[in-house]
Amino acid sequence: MSQAAIETLLPEVAELIVSALNLDIGPDEIEPDAPLFGDGLGLDSIDVLEIALVISKKYGFQLKSDNEDNVRIFSSLRALTTYIATQRSK
Amino acid sequence: MSAMPLLAHGDLNAIFAWRQDGPISVNGYLADVHALAEQLPAAGYLLNLCHDRYRFAVGFAAGLLRGMTSLQPSSQSPETFRRLLDEYPDLVALCDGATDTQDLPRFEFPNLASTGKTTPSACIPHIPVNQLAAILFTSGSTGLPQAQRKTWGKLAQNGRAEAIALGLDLNPHVLVGTVPVQHSYGFESTFLLALHGGCPFWAGKPFYPQDIAAALAAVPQPRLLVTTPFHLSALLAAGVELPAIDILLSATAPLSTKLAAEAEARTGAPMLEIYGSTESGQLASRRTTDGAAWALLPGVRLEQSGEETVACAGHVEGRVPLSDVIELLPENRFLLHGRHADLINIAGKRTSLAYLNHQLTAVPGVVDGAFFLPDEEGPDGVTRLTAFVVAPGLTARQITATLRERIEAIFLPRPLVLVDTLPRNSTGKLPRNDLQALYIERVGYGRS
Repeated sequence: MSQAAIETLLPEVAELIVSALNLDIGPDEIEPDAPLFGDGLGLDSIDVLEIALVISKKYGFQLKSDNEDNVRIFSSLRALTTYIATQRSK
Repeated sequence: MSAMPLLAHGDLNAIFAWRQDGPISVNGYLADVHALAEQLPAAGYLLNLCHDRYRFAVGFAAGLLRGMTSLQPSSQSPETFRRLLDEYPDLVALCDGATDTQDLPRFEFPNLASTGKTTPSACIPHIPVNQLAAILFTSGSTGLPQAQRKTWGKLAQNGRAEAIALGLDLNPHVLVGTVPVQHSYGFESTFLLALHGGCPFWAGKPFYPQDIAAALAAVPQPRLLVTTPFHLSALLAAGVELPAIDILLSATAPLSTKLAAEAEARTGAPMLEIYGSTESGQLASRRTTDGAAWALLPGVRLEQSGEETVACAGHVEGRVPLSDVIELLPENRFLLHGRHADLINIAGKRTSLAYLNHQLTAVPGVVDGAFFLPDEEGPDGVTRLTAFVVAPGLTARQITATLRERIEAIFLPRPLVLVDTLPRNSTGKLPRNDLQALYIERVGYGRS
């Protein structure tokens, strides 16, 4: 997966997060490398399930937490986008 | 003093729990409990933060044998930990992973050599019924966490009553829970139900729909999924292929008849609900598609005077006033007619507006502030709180950062709106209509 492809996908995933969670910020206000939880965007586990649902619908794969990757996948917009890029089936 | 056994299993070789690497027998569990009890530091209170349900079960019982009381707060925020340590300086946090426990005294769950092994002649310990086994916390309307003290006898009785109400005493199911074991519903329905209903449980806490399917597939039938309206609606919406489920159980928030009917159609399992509170323990159950009426658990009574309903008898500790409006029906049944306005329930997490407002106005630099819950979207959706704040010189982001240390993420305002003044009336109150108008003006999201 090329860096360019991930850069292209970033705005799409940002838009998906903002619309799925009804956030009162613009998609371009999510910094690609800032944390999504805690001091960053402040997401919680309810949000993660909401995002997982729209990801499964849009990109055709299911998230799993049986490995240690779960925290890493949601660590930032870029990490989530990279994961989607490697897993997507549509 | 009378005592009750730690668990009600008749056969020590019966399966107690299922882990990733296979089943653990009652014997194996008891061996682990004794091994841990010998190693736990001498302390009066055990803050059992284990993520793994089996390790929690070992820690809880080891603590009981050592006369320790299990502390079960409703959140794990730094503020909560500070308060606990102030109130219970004689506590130790039992952890099985990378949990941030600030500066609490901490004990790592050890590798127990006995795990999985069986000792030939373990016997089931008995615990005095009056022993203070656990303290569960609720956020009281005064803004201070309220300690709900639970004795061993009442907890054991709760587990037994739930098993009878759900028909599990004669036909134990394997429990797969999506809820944490430390909070009251998970504590009752995946732990007490295991000890005193004879139901083995899955040690993990599956999160994503695909995880739930995998956890169900890892245990034999009959299976019971212990979940919440929010997790259930996410599971059904994901459309993953589900292994056979024999009973579905939901609690923490009302389930809509629509979602219940959809769940039953998809799984073929009866969709049961439990009604209760941290203060009272579990009180009643129903099959949602059978109608709105709830049936009281064995032994429990409701008494009414005026507007107030009190739960008592059976496994209820003392007399517990309920925060819901209740209509009593014949034959130990009743209807729920909503809750008092101050109480907030978001995806099953409960708190009160008074508590949240107290935390908000305690933020340095905040002059005035109020949380507001907009009209809810639908019974199974999640509606987020808004906060209106008067804080000259502070940004919304700064206030949110401080709030994050004091309240759980799920109650954080989304959005937090800075205003010049709040629409207080002449008596200082904030009429809901005025807050609703402010919400439409400043937040709106395209609502009319």
